This record gives sequence, structure tokens and C-alpha cells, in this order.
Amino acid sequence: MTISDHHIIEVRDLVKKFGSFVANDHLNFFVRKGEIFGFLGANGAGKTTAIKILCGLWAPTSGTIRVAGYDVYKETEKIKRNIGYMSQKFSLYDDMTVGENFTFFGGIYGLSNSKIRERMTYFLKKLGMEDYKDRVIQSIPLGWKQKLAFSIAVMHEPAIVFLDEPTSGVDPVTRRQFWDMIYETAHEGITVFLTTHYMDEAEYCERVSIMVDGRIEALDTPVALKEQFESDSMEEVFIHLARKGVSNGH
Amino acid sequence: MRGFIIKEFFHIFRDVRTMIILFGMPVVQILLFGFALTNEIKNARIAVLDYSRDEVTAEIIAKITSSGYFILEENLVSEDQIEDKFRQGNIKQVIIFEDNFAENLEKDKKAGIHIIGDASDPNTASLLANYTRAIIKDYQANLLLNQAAIPVVITPEPKLLFNPELKSVFMFVPGIITVLLMLVCAMMTSISIAREKELGTMEVLLVSPLKPVQIILGKVTPYVVLSLINAITILTLGYFVFGMPMRGNLALLLLEAMLFIIMALSMGILISTISKNQQIALMISLAGLMLPTILLSGFIFPVENMPILLQILSNLMPSKWFIIIIKGVMLKGVGMQYIWKETLIIILMTAVFIGLSVRNFKIRLT
Repeated sequence: MTISDHHIIEVRDLVKKFGSFVANDHLNFFVRKGEIFGFLGANGAGKTTAIKILCGLWAPTSGTIRVAGYDVYKETEKIKRNIGYMSQKFSLYDDMTVGENFTFFGGIYGLSNSKIRERMTYFLKKLGMEDYKDRVIQSIPLGWKQKLAFSIAVMHEPAIVFLDEPTSGVDPVTRRQFWDMIYETAHEGITVFLTTHYMDEAEYCERVSIMVDGRIEALDTPVALKEQFESDSMEEVFIHLARKGVSNGH
Repeated sequence: MRGFIIKEFFHIFRDVRTMIILFGMPVVQILLFGFALTNEIKNARIAVLDYSRDEVTAEIIAKITSSGYFILEENLVSEDQIEDKFRQGNIKQVIIFEDNFAENLEKDKKAGIHIIGDASDPNTASLLANYTRAIIKDYQANLLLNQAAIPVVITPEPKLLFNPELKSVFMFVPGIITVLLMLVCAMMTSISIAREKELGTMEVLLVSPLKPVQIILGKVTPYVVLSLINAITILTLGYFVFGMPMRGNLALLLLEAMLFIIMALSMGILISTISKNQQIALMISLAGLMLPTILLSGFIFPVENMPILLQILSNLMPSKWFIIIIKGVMLKGVGMQYIWKETLIIILMTAVFIGLSVRNFKIRLT
């Protein structure tokens, strides 16, 4: 058994430069299979760049990166087949019905019609939204849209699902329900890689990394991080690190 | 890919505004331009100053007034009256026949007519002057038949050669096809791609196993189909409602239309690569495409009448070349050997737009 069987994402010395600007400065980390991994950092710290590289959208400047066992330089196609992605904008088509969205996104991941129907029935039943199949997305409340978007992101049973600030602008109750879905997904063996600006959510993650100015300044379980920085909450840890970035002259 | 195109059609058919732009616009525009906004002038009031008063001038005057374009308001007796008449404003043009008109024509094979227009409205003035010239030229041609002599009365504008009835719809149909194809292809694709960026669905598509080429093709295919339907609708309306002739090869015309559609699409894609959201895409399309297309392509204002700088600029308008192609094929019935230059220009422009789009796209990816 090789290391990659445990580590679904492996990043060694990831560097990404835009001209002279270094967006990612020698990142080193791994993510275990089935883990809920929180990827934190202030805006502009380099999170988005790293996620784009992990998703196979951008090529890194240097470093060794494997996602779901595939190389980000040569096997982006295979990576894309094995990941799911959901952005903070929910990324569903407003003018299409719930069913049509399932059909479309299932289709672009190459699922067969019967498979799409099976997965759709499964998710709609789980969400208690069986009656909503023919409703246009526009007419559905935000929280439900978001749960649908998440279901669609994991519909093709990817190895990893990337969630980019999935809960921004959602009420606390829905947020809670959303996290239930995240736990359930991780339990099924799908690795969850997420970014968030809510520090209480950071506490729900199994491990958290905090990026400051293109570098990973801290990476551990929330409990260990709070101990390391002698803080009561993840919020304090985060602010402590982010300030350090500011005082470094940026 | 099939699913992608179906999805795109959902977007189009479910958005009332898109549907109106796609299918309402062509019909409304062509009917508007054809019937209401015609720059063809009927019943313009004119005055005649006839120093000669012989049978030839009488014939010419009769021919002019019976054309339907002119109404003879009054006969003047001296040149001093002309300026006053124009100032009063109810006369658009004065036609002056020189003394001994018929005699001169007989003896010298040459007689003079002065056409004075009210250039405070330059378009109308030049149009009326052109109408008058055409009528006189027609009269001259009849004389030729009768007398076998060559009286050089006036040199007519060759511009009117292929549109002897001076129907403005012949100018507008090619223009409208061009503007609408531009609108539908460039504007609608740029907006629909920008819309995906705005909604965040573009990210999801890019992260999916779909290749960028597939995404772009999936997005533009429906617009190609709809644009072609639009072009055919306008041509049919032009042909049946306005009697626009189709002298050339229809297949050639549709092929050229296809080329222009691809050009406009690549322009739309280019616009979408530089705009972050739908508003910006719309603004760039309107300001950067629609206005120049309408103003500089020769659709409404003849290119020859523009200042030299704008004339040079108009060469950069793909629509200018496409209008030349349509007019060539429909009105003159010419084949590829006469329009290969224009075709080549559009192909080159398409290549440049696609090249720039690919470059912009790659910059985003690396």
C-alpha cells in the first residue's frame, strides 16, 4: 500500500507565480481520504489560486502535486472526472428546473440517463424535495438551492469535493443542515476540501490550514491549533496569524 | 455536448427578452425600415425655373413630376426668387433649364440643367438630386433610341445603376441582416457567456471534464442555428414583402452568411473573455459593435460621404464588407470571383478574433 492510498491530495513545494508576484510560496500539505479539510486564509492570501491548481484549472509554476492519485501537470482530465466543485454562487441554472439541472450536470460528467434518474431520486428523497423536481430553481429558497447544488456536486460520486465558501449568505439553520450533509458525505468516503470565512465552521473541520501571504502558516486539528496559539477559539487563531501577515509589511 | 446544447436552448426559450431580441427584432426592424423609416422621399415639393419653355423641357418636367417623387409647387421666373423660396422652406429643390434648351440639344448635342438642392438637409438634398439625375438620364436614354444621336445632357451617378427604382429597401435589407446577425451572434453569445461567469456556473463547467472548446461550441451552436433562421426570415420578408431581387446564387449567399455568423460569434467570444459580467458585455457589444456597425458600415450613411478618417475606419468594420457581399450577390447577381476579396477580409478578421480569444483564454488558464 503506497502513501497515496491514504493521501487523496498530496502537495509538495507548490509554487505559483504571476510575473514577480508569488501567489503560492512552497505549499506543503496532504489531505487524507474521507477527511473534512478546512482551507482558510484572508482574502488575497492565495487560497483561490491553490484551489484552481488542485482542480486542474491552472498549471503550477513548480512543485509535485497529486490529486486523487493523478498528476496535476499531465492528468488534469482524470482529475476533473474525479472531483466535484461547488462555488459560493451555488452554480445552478436559475431558469431550469431541478430535474433539468440534475440531467445537465449528470450529462457533462458522462452519467447514463438511468444513473442520473437514480441519483436524482436518491437526493431529492434525502432532501425531502420530491415534489420540487419540476420547479424552476429561481422559485426555490436560497438554502434549498444550496443543498441542491451540493447534491449535484457529489452526484457523480467524486473522490473529492471542493467547496468554495459554500455557506456564505445562508441562515444559521440551513448552515447547520448543510454541515450535516458535509459530514454524511465524508462518512461515505468522499473527501471534503472547503474554504470558509466563518470561524465556527473551521471548528467543525477535522484539520485546518491557514494561509497568510501565499504561505501556509499553520496546519493541524482545530484543538491543536488553539493550543499552539494559546487561543480560546479559531477566530483568535486566525486573527493572530492574519495580523502577523499584515505586520510583515504587506 | 447534446445536453449542453439542449440546456442552451432552455436559456434562450425561457427568457422573454432573449426571445424578443431573437425573433421579434428581425420582423419589427425590417417592417419598420421597409415601411416607416424609409429614407426614400416621396412627393417632395420642387420649383422649376425654365428659361427655355420648349417641348423638350416640358417633357422632362412632365417626366419628373409624374415620377411620384416630386410635386411641382411653382414655376419661377427669375433666379432671384430661388433663395427666398428655399428660405420659406416648403421647397426642397429647384431645377433650372438654360435658355434655348431644345435648340442647344439639337445643335450642340448638349444642354444644361441646373439642380439646386436645399442642403440644410444634406441627405434629402443629395437623394433628390440623385432621383432627378436618374430621371433625366432615363429621358436621355429614350432620346438616344429615337435619334441615334448622343446628347450629353448630364452625367448620372453610377451608384443608382443597380437600383433604378431607387428603392431604399434594397439598401436596408442587407443592412438589417448584417446588424441582426451581429446583434444575435456577437451580443447574445457574449452576454450568455458572461452570464455563466456571473452566475458562477462557468467555474463549474471549467472544473468539469468538458474541454473549453466543447463549452464554447456548446454555447455558440444554438446561436448559429437561430442566426441562420433569422437571416433566412429577413431574406424571405425582403423577397416577398418588398420585392427584393435575388439575382445571384442563394447557396453562395447562405454560405457567406454562415461565414459572417462565425465571424460575429468569434467577436462575441472575444468580448466575453474581456468582460466580467453581463452589463459589461452588453456595453461593449453595443458601443463597440452595434453603433459602428450601424453608423460606419454604409448601412444608413453612405461611406463615400464620410470624412476620410471615418472612411478609413470603416474598412475595419466586418459589416461593411458583408453588406458589399450581400448587395453583390442579391442585386448584381455576381459570383465568387467578384466577392473573393471581401470574403477573404472577413475570413482574416475571423482568424484574428479567434486567435485573440484563444490567447485571452490561455492567459486566464496559466
